[in-house]
Amino acid sequence: MVPKKEKKKAKLAVWKFASCDGCQLSLLDCEDELLAVADAVDIANFPEASRAIVKGPYEISLVEGSITTPHDAERIHRIRRASKFLVTIGACATAGGIQALRNYTDVREFTSAIYASPKYITTLQNSTPITDHIPVDLELRGCPVNKYQLIEVVSAYLNRRKPNVSPYSVCIECKLRGHNCVMVARGTPCLGPITHAGCDAVCPGFDRGCYSCFGPKETPNTRAMAERFEEMGVSADDLVRMFRSFNAEADEFRKESIIHERQD
Amino acid sequence: MDENPAFKVGDQLILQGSDFSELIVRLKAAAYRVVGPMVRDGCIVFDEISGVEDLPAGFGDNQDAATYRLRQCDDMALFGYNNGPQSVKRFLYTPQREIWKARRNRKTVSIHLPDTEPVKTAFLGVRPCDLNAVLIQDRVFTRGEYLDDDYNKRRENSLIIVVNCTEAGKTCFCSSMNTGPRATAGFDLALTEILHADHHYFLLEVGSDRGLSIVAGMPCDHASDQQLRTAAESVTRAADNMGRSIDASGLKELLIRNIDNVYWDSVGHRCLTCANCTMVCPTCFCSTVEDTTDLTGNTAHRIRRWDSCFTMDFSYIHGGSVRPSAKARYRQWIIHKLASWHEQFGTSGCVGCGRCITWCPVGIDITEEARAIRQRDIRPAEVSETMEV
Repeated sequence: MVPKKEKKKAKLAVWKFASCDGCQLSLLDCEDELLAVADAVDIANFPEASRAIVKGPYEISLVEGSITTPHDAERIHRIRRASKFLVTIGACATAGGIQALRNYTDVREFTSAIYASPKYITTLQNSTPITDHIPVDLELRGCPVNKYQLIEVVSAYLNRRKPNVSPYSVCIECKLRGHNCVMVARGTPCLGPITHAGCDAVCPGFDRGCYSCFGPKETPNTRAMAERFEEMGVSADDLVRMFRSFNAEADEFRKESIIHERQD
Repeated sequence: MDENPAFKVGDQLILQGSDFSELIVRLKAAAYRVVGPMVRDGCIVFDEISGVEDLPAGFGDNQDAATYRLRQCDDMALFGYNNGPQSVKRFLYTPQREIWKARRNRKTVSIHLPDTEPVKTAFLGVRPCDLNAVLIQDRVFTRGEYLDDDYNKRRENSLIIVVNCTEAGKTCFCSSMNTGPRATAGFDLALTEILHADHHYFLLEVGSDRGLSIVAGMPCDHASDQQLRTAAESVTRAADNMGRSIDASGLKELLIRNIDNVYWDSVGHRCLTCANCTMVCPTCFCSTVEDTTDLTGNTAHRIRRWDSCFTMDFSYIHGGSVRPSAKARYRQWIIHKLASWHEQFGTSGCVGCGRCITWCPVGIDITEEARAIRQRDIRPAEVSETMEV
């Protein structure tokens, strides 16, 4: 008897940079599919799941978090070199995350307010997305990412097909689901029309406006959106807050937020 | 026992308001799922109703560009509102459906088609503009070279009960498109709701054998001349109060010769390319096909999903999207809807329901855009001059 040849499984690694770990936890959150994922890939590095580390190179690398320290700015290059297909997951990795709010102020103000001895803190002035440092094969949006999209990306890679992650607006998801438009029917300011799909329109489904956890969609007309919000009575300060949240460093949102900043 | 042998297709009957629930009872007795209007999350939407108590009695709405608000009315009309965000498109041409799935077993692959048969459905409260939208989608899906099997089956299993409009909303313009406010053909039954101080009744028109089979045996009388006049006047009132209008004369030629009009830049600055207009449009029929697999690759699904000409992927070909700008996408949509649809399907693609105006988050108004182009029309002479250059 010739022993049955075991098909070599792809090595998957998860990497953490400045982040809350919520996105990599989405992978653990795939309860029903978790065994199938573990069956389909060799989990080579996944700090939230296991301390075991398998040596690279890695077929799939999922990168969470933004670059905020000189050390991380170096480390990301080593990960890129060791990875074949590198996917950034979540708002921190794709748009600097909530910590990119510091890009609009002096980071030393924070370190001196928070740490007893700020001199031991080595940090960069800006929190930047991974694409500012290395070429990335795919960006998966969200704060956190949608676990089904995460599985979809892994599944698409393993089966050599295009992942179905559409860059259009949340409005399309709303209408597919049959939600009523909160902006038109309730007068609630909603970022859905300029926000990247992927969450399946969670907030409008609960009668709330979209907060843009997934950041700007393809060709986002932030100017027209902001003008409409102004007509609806949204103040300049609130406009700045709306465009500066989880995706504060996304180019289009950053530019729009600066327009509404008070000059004082 | 022969019930009401006097009723026939084409009859105009009177159904008392107090007997209205009988209509729903009879539809259900004939094994129809009844889909009708109801209030949900601040809007009137279409969904399955269990009885007359689900209908939006006493509800109306105020609509304008980018605004929709429900309101309580003084009367208890069952159909005293204008169109909500959804049309029956949701039910006949579903937002998403599986086309097939495949399973791999060792070395063979088997393909499985969905075996679900559509449920017999009665659509209650379809407005004349929306009925015309169904007739337009019929041309798209049931005629010509490309047939949509699923749509066909759903259509064959449907019964349409129109409710003619006795009030028009501020974004309505069916009069301009000749699709309302009264339906003339294509329905199984048509109702006109009449509400006087102490009278509540419906003019009930029988449009087909299928409709007749529901009405046969119902407690109806033939309408008197006076009642017919009252119903006609009510519909005329709606026609006179149309919130918006569009000048349809030469519209097709106008839009096509103005394809390079600089005015389109103005729409491009305002349009969010969010695709809401196409999602709420009762005639928009574009879809995309997505393939998915599970992690093992042992099962694969192909699904069809509503798509929109406002997305980048829609016009993506090798090298990129053909319509990267908002201007190009809006222009494509309005010209297809109002102009090139004629060449493709022999009718306009617009029925004047006004949804694209109400549900555009920034209130872009198809009637205003068409008017603006007419005001800035590049005359045929100018076009030929440009072409000589």
